[in-house]
Amino acid sequence: MSYFSDIYKGVKSLLTGMTVTGKYFITARKSIITQQYPDNRDTLKMFNRFRGEVVMPHDDTNEHRCTGCQKCEIACPNGSIEIIWDRKIDPETGKKKKEIDKHIYHLAMCTMCSLCIEACPTDAIVWAQNFENSVYDRSQLTKVLNKPGSKVKAGIED
Amino acid sequence: MMKTLSITKTIHDFLFGLMPEGIASFVEWVMIAAAYLAFFALAGLLLVYMERRIAAFFQLRLGPNRVGPAGLFQTIADALKLVTKELTIPDKADKFLFNLAPYFVIVAALVILSVIPFSAEFQAFDINIGVFFVMAVSSIGVIGVLIGGWASNNKYALIGAMRSGLQTISYELSVGLSIMTIVLLAGSLQISEIIEVQRTGGWFILQGHIPAVIAFMIFMIAGTAETNRAPFDLVEAESELGAGFHTEYSGMKFAYFFLAEFINMFIVAAIAVTIFFGGYLSPFGITESLPWMGVFWFMLKTLMIIFLMMWFRWTFPRLRVDQLLTLEWKYLLPMNLFNIVFMAVIIWLGWTF
Repeated sequence: MSYFSDIYKGVKSLLTGMTVTGKYFITARKSIITQQYPDNRDTLKMFNRFRGEVVMPHDDTNEHRCTGCQKCEIACPNGSIEIIWDRKIDPETGKKKKEIDKHIYHLAMCTMCSLCIEACPTDAIVWAQNFENSVYDRSQLTKVLNKPGSKVKAGIED
Repeated sequence: MMKTLSITKTIHDFLFGLMPEGIASFVEWVMIAAAYLAFFALAGLLLVYMERRIAAFFQLRLGPNRVGPAGLFQTIADALKLVTKELTIPDKADKFLFNLAPYFVIVAALVILSVIPFSAEFQAFDINIGVFFVMAVSSIGVIGVLIGGWASNNKYALIGAMRSGLQTISYELSVGLSIMTIVLLAGSLQISEIIEVQRTGGWFILQGHIPAVIAFMIFMIAGTAETNRAPFDLVEAESELGAGFHTEYSGMKFAYFFLAEFINMFIVAAIAVTIFFGGYLSPFGITESLPWMGVFWFMLKTLMIIFLMMWFRWTFPRLRVDQLLTLEWKYLLPMNLFNIVFMAVIIWLGWTF
């Protein structure tokens, strides 16, 4: 008798499927996920998980969290990150201390794989959600992430 | 002989008063042909637009909404693009058959369209074996598909065409038998007669209750398969066969196949409406006194059936070839044969509403 129960089960599963899509159709007006991009340029907010470009957040006193450990540079599979660093003498302890001069990020080479951000022990670099990254000259895609005159926040290295 | 449209009786009388009978009837034929061709193009374009919009809503997208108000002119723009494209013919293709194939598909669709009643006596060709005629002519369309796939000199096109032949031969049976269940109830093959019977006795889906509902379900399944639409679109399974039988077609010849597919969907929906839902009759006779409302009711019901078919398409996954044949030969056909007997017994006992 599995013949008739097969028919019953088949019809039932088809109707279940149609209920699901039917619900989508009825609620389609409210829950449309398409972003009509150039029209809603002013209001469009990208999602947190969106990977636009790597940035280094600075606080009000122009301090960042990068210690210059170069782990991101090592983690990057295609050499998008270059760190130029120097040793400076700490005036308080008199010891030599590593400090970044420039954290250079080549957006043109970046594949948004997020390995650098995972590698960073101090969360100095994060993803930004901006996506209008096109420029007229390639050289503008090479960015220095730390702002001029910035220094590492005290206590990060401890 | 062609029955004249009584809604356009004024035109008919005017023409016959103006010129001799032979010329007048010739002019009438040309006018009817032009009207049906215009309907063919317009309905096809509108249905393509509707399909894309509805598909988008099922998938929580927007669909075409840029060209014209709410994207209404999108398909017209697409058709214009297709007209301007080059008609390529593959090397070593059978050129004559390759060019002939689209016309087979289109002519079959147009001929069936001629017996569809849009309103009371608003029908180009009210033949007394209407239902039989529909079933006979609808199998001509598949010859176009077979020829197109064969003449393309392309293995994917050929496989697609062969699958189409296989599918149509199988499912034509179910379409025919499910229609026959209703013909038992109607007692006539003439389409206008089938509808007029429903005016007094109620729509056949109510009049024939259980067997009619079963027949309707079988008709919808088999009709969807006949038009080669998903979930029965093995003929043009994109992931397996490129585009199926029309892989090698480009430009307007491709557009013919594409439009014919949508017109076939309209035809299946129109026949379903005619034999199950009372055609142009209004529900409960609410607009009985306004005969011109028939077109409105007919189109409304047809569009609802078309929506149902689109709902199928965007819900169900595609069948495998063996599943397709199992469904037809092991399930639909025995159920159908049993259903006919069931319907006959119900009519014999007078248990119809």
